[in-house]
Amino acid sequence: MTLWIALIATAAGCYLLKYAGLAAPRRLLDNPWLRRFAMAVPLALLAALITVQALGDGQALHWDTARMAGVGAAVLALVLRAPFLLVVVAAAGTTAALRALGVA
Amino acid sequence: MKTFSVLRSPAVRDSLGIGVAVGAAGLAFGTAAVAAELSPAQAVFLSLFMFTGASQFALVGVIAGGGNLVAGALGALLLGARNTLYGLRLADVLGYRGTRRALAAHGVIDETTAVTLIQPDRASARTAFMTTYLVLGGFWVTTTLVGALATDRVDDIDAFGLDAVGPAIFLGLLWPRLREGGPRTWLIAGLGAGLALATTPFLPPGVPVLLAASAALLVFAGADDRSRGPEGEDHVEQGTSAGGTRSEEGRS
Repeated sequence: MTLWIALIATAAGCYLLKYAGLAAPRRLLDNPWLRRFAMAVPLALLAALITVQALGDGQALHWDTARMAGVGAAVLALVLRAPFLLVVVAAAGTTAALRALGVA
Repeated sequence: MKTFSVLRSPAVRDSLGIGVAVGAAGLAFGTAAVAAELSPAQAVFLSLFMFTGASQFALVGVIAGGGNLVAGALGALLLGARNTLYGLRLADVLGYRGTRRALAAHGVIDETTAVTLIQPDRASARTAFMTTYLVLGGFWVTTTLVGALATDRVDDIDAFGLDAVGPAIFLGLLWPRLREGGPRTWLIAGLGAGLALATTPFLPPGVPVLLAASAALLVFAGADDRSRGPEGEDHVEQGTSAGGTRSEEGRS
């Protein structure tokens, strides 16, 4: 039940953020600092999410060779300009294959 | 023959392409959500109502790590705040008012914004926005359900390498920004990653990612890549609570 409440509240918050943009006074956009900061936040968050999900295990840091190889495959796919879905498949496939071969 | 002429319009073509490609990533979300022990119904709820991929993945990632729900929700909202910026840019282009604006707001995300902003006029902007929104949204929700139901039947999630899916998706979202950005872009991303990693052992799951957002304050440091003078905008006071932030003085 707590989980449902959290999901509903977050979904509502995300909607309000979208609506606020469409309805807000446009002059907010004229502030270059605000604009730049707003574009920089996702950068920091996405980078943090990548590292935490790749190397974190709850509160512990944990190196998982198969998982990291999957992340490496994703980077390779991105460098080769593969489509989004292929990037995801490459990551999961590499990790799954290494685990099947007995790599921890 | 009306159908064919509609399909030939560039706005619709762009929208269909991006809608199908990105909507398919819903498979990965359904998978990640169920791997985090959400029910398929909860996974579909998020895709239907939250409808902003990065925030959804972030929230589910925190839940999977056994993290604090408040921290997870805040992280999702911080990521969702970029949609506010998109909305600001779309408001004039779309020109919606009242109920239509309230309905359209739900569709303001990375992809709809990108497709809409490259259209030459309001009519094609509206067509592009609605087509991308509906096609992508439809796929996103459907594939979330498929991914969730499929994963629900899998016993050993790790055997399928699904734990590598989360990082891969965030990499896919970050990559275009890194490719187009300068050294400062890389610095902000690197600092964000470093902060999160360094604080993970000491803070509840979800909180390190929130803390990492402060790396974005680097945009205020120095003034090397400032392209134009900050004349006449004094509506927003820059917070100076974080140490080391050199905000522009003498302009309000």
